[in-house]
Amino acid sequence: MRACVVTFPGSNCDRDLAVAFERVLGVRVDRVWHKRTRLDRYDLIGIPGGFSYGDHLRPGAIAARSPVMQEVVRQANDGALVLGPCNGFQILTEAGLLPGALIRNRGLAFVCRRVDLVVEGTDSPYTRGLERGRTLRLPIAHHDGGYVVDDEGLRRLEGEGRIALRYKDNPNGSTADIAGVLGGPRNNVLGLMPHPERAIEPLLGGVDGRALLAPLLAA
Amino acid sequence: MNAASTIVPEAAREHGLSEAEWHRVVGILGREPRPVELGIFSVMWSEHCSYKSSKRHLATFPTKAPWVVQGPGENAGVVDIGDGQVAVFKMESHNHPSFIEPYQGAATGVGGILRDVFTMGARPVALLNALRFGAPEHPRTRHLVRGVVAGIGGYGNCVGVPTVGGEATFHRSYNGNILVNAMAVGVAEKDRVFYAKASGIGNPVVYVGAKTGRDGIHGATMASAEFSEAKEAARPTVQVGDPFTEKLLIEACMELMATDCLVAIQDMGAAGLTSSSFEMAARGGCGVEMDLDQVPVRERNMTAYEIMLSESQERMLCVLKEGQEAEAAAVFEKWDLSFATVGRITDTGRMVIRMAGETVADVPIDPVAGASPVYDRPHEPAPPRLPFYAERLMSEEAPGDALLRLLGCPDLCAKRWIWEQYDHMVMADTVGRPGGDAAVVRVHGTEKGLALTTDCTPRYVEADPRLGGMQAVVEAWRNLITVGARPLAITNCLNFGNPERPRVMGQLVGAIEGMAEACRALDFPVVSGNVSLYNETDGRAVQPTPNVGGVGLIRDLGRMTGIAFDAPGLALLLVGECVGWMGASLYLREVLGREEGAPPPVDLAAERRAGDMVLGLIEAGIVRAAHDLSDGGLAVALAEMCMASGFGACLDVPDDNLSSTGWLFGEEQGRYLLALREADAQGALDLARNVGVLARRVGTTGGDTLILGAEPPISLDELRARHEGFLPRLMNGGA
Repeated sequence: MRACVVTFPGSNCDRDLAVAFERVLGVRVDRVWHKRTRLDRYDLIGIPGGFSYGDHLRPGAIAARSPVMQEVVRQANDGALVLGPCNGFQILTEAGLLPGALIRNRGLAFVCRRVDLVVEGTDSPYTRGLERGRTLRLPIAHHDGGYVVDDEGLRRLEGEGRIALRYKDNPNGSTADIAGVLGGPRNNVLGLMPHPERAIEPLLGGVDGRALLAPLLAA
Repeated sequence: MNAASTIVPEAAREHGLSEAEWHRVVGILGREPRPVELGIFSVMWSEHCSYKSSKRHLATFPTKAPWVVQGPGENAGVVDIGDGQVAVFKMESHNHPSFIEPYQGAATGVGGILRDVFTMGARPVALLNALRFGAPEHPRTRHLVRGVVAGIGGYGNCVGVPTVGGEATFHRSYNGNILVNAMAVGVAEKDRVFYAKASGIGNPVVYVGAKTGRDGIHGATMASAEFSEAKEAARPTVQVGDPFTEKLLIEACMELMATDCLVAIQDMGAAGLTSSSFEMAARGGCGVEMDLDQVPVRERNMTAYEIMLSESQERMLCVLKEGQEAEAAAVFEKWDLSFATVGRITDTGRMVIRMAGETVADVPIDPVAGASPVYDRPHEPAPPRLPFYAERLMSEEAPGDALLRLLGCPDLCAKRWIWEQYDHMVMADTVGRPGGDAAVVRVHGTEKGLALTTDCTPRYVEADPRLGGMQAVVEAWRNLITVGARPLAITNCLNFGNPERPRVMGQLVGAIEGMAEACRALDFPVVSGNVSLYNETDGRAVQPTPNVGGVGLIRDLGRMTGIAFDAPGLALLLVGECVGWMGASLYLREVLGREEGAPPPVDLAAERRAGDMVLGLIEAGIVRAAHDLSDGGLAVALAEMCMASGFGACLDVPDDNLSSTGWLFGEEQGRYLLALREADAQGALDLARNVGVLARRVGTTGGDTLILGAEPPISLDELRARHEGFLPRLMNGGA
């Protein structure tokens, strides 16, 4: 498996995501600067959390227009696994790889805590093998995590089984408690506000992040 | 001396220079200063930059130990943590700006302390904050809490350094002058630590980071004067932070430091380009020539005065090796940051500054930076207070009610509302999260951890500055021990009122004396620090608040402990003495509304014996949970352990001549509460006896209630409701 993690100016979970890929999948991870216009073919591309471009304009809006993103979109449409936690999710929606948008949390404040999530769409390389309805406990840490999508978009997501995760106790006002959304030709793109890379060992307070990463070895 | 220089001009007074200081300036220069020079003297000799009131007392701190790599005098302190690595840390105040504009004041406080750490070559790995607000019901408190917390989070979250711990307490003495102290901790390779010592005649002096604007001019002078309502109009002197630029600056500096280009580096903090250039040159004993036309500016027509005194954020000054500018410039170009050669190192010992072809300043460096005035200000001791034992209590509340009241009081209530606004997990190494005695961050890629805490009990310091100073140090020491860390060193931030008043100066002198004594007795040296004076508004000083930031090392995170016990049926052991000391206690203040009595004595030898023994037990792997006893005493400590673990406990209340209030709520020092398996308890008690430490069995864990002797049980849900309820209620409306 060939894996990389992209770094944008202001990314701050790029190392964490690379470490998680290495530890859980046992792969070497290339670190890719956002100005790259050509990429080798990757099986797994990480779009990390953080504050790319300081959240100026809208979270993820400027990063989505970085040179590297054209290549990410092309490979995603070609079936490569693209995982975007937190700011990665925001970038993926801004880049048009996933529907909807992320807006300011309902409570207006930044929220960092562990939340319980319910697994829903199991037809994806990330959630295959997970039982529908299973609870995962993962950390969130965001200011703009309120997922919004219009009614028709919501119907399509639900109809196509592309809602990967919902919050048990909605922390940010997301439409229909949506925490993670699938996209791409084979549900190979996953954007989610929680941070699976922060929950891969007991010392960090949990290992449920592995549940979303480990299945990728078989993908 | 001509007639003009014997009269202090208005300009000098406006710059905060005293008459004697003005004459000293004229003496050094042999003439009256130019405007830029006057500005330079003013900021360099301000209390904030020169420590002129505190210097002679700070010199008494012990600063050395075999593991200390760098003590005070650099941007931050450095201690060895083994395996060729060092921890780099410092704490600093941003009190006045945070009161004027809480979001930006607090945010830039975080930015500044981060730069002090990464300028030394360390990647920042943790942030902490010691916050002191006014009374909860004061009309400004909520606004200030909200702004400060959002500012700290806004900066730390974006820059991607976890905010893992600290303190937040409330007292009316801070109504007009809150305290916002930020601590940053970084990790570096021991042989890749960088210092702010300029050298190499002809080497280029390079400016990197954000551009210079007109913000924050004379911030250092503002931080060196009392507050008044009128001064709140001083908004333009508060700087505006840009954590995104700071993040880029961190990464660029880390890349620059991996090259072989860099001779010296210092952040432009208080007094900006002035202090960074003067301090680097003074440490290296050399001179500097600067051309201000080369400084990247973001506003047109900035004067030399403004450029030298601007406190624009996210900027660094470097000395590079000659001929390596291009390699360094490429790093900053990659990160879209300004890079400009603004000067050269000379051998003249003078700072010569030119702009538009004109010399705007030409001053000798040493007298400005190194020979600033030092004052031995008159100081008088605090009036002694009488001891106050529990027997003297005239009225007592039922223990359960008192406990609930304490758990829900502003100082002890859960601070979740605050720390959930901080990303405390980014970098994926936070293994001891907020809410315990000390935060713990793993050293990335290793099995060892840094334990971090901030501590001070201002009501003790007010009651007895020397004892209060000692207590701040020993509480930090205990908090590190209880997570299983070997305490290494402290940084501090000494927040006091106007030192020109002998009573305030007496508090400062006493607190330093007590801190120094405690640090010496515990081999717990001071490696960095900051002094913030003039914390008063309209003549009313804050409670004296010498915050201590402690750092310890856990060699094997497998042996880390916390306050949560993991099983029912564990034996609870109380280490240390119980005499029912109620003086200056939280019980007295919160339950009976009385702020009186002497604070608890500190026996440094006993403190050390107890700490060493507890750490030995933890390192032996038999301690299942540990908590230090501080505010609210034994009952509060046990309640906190129960809430954290989800198990209840039964606490014995002995039927001896001690009142139950004294037993439960007394604040004697040098104490710990440990949970051990039954099978290990007797061995621990035997060990305690052998090493001369008082220890006794006081209860057992289990159930879902907390039982204090013969009192009615209190459910964990009730404890939690009281503990968690206060702050959200305060912040979301009615208090």
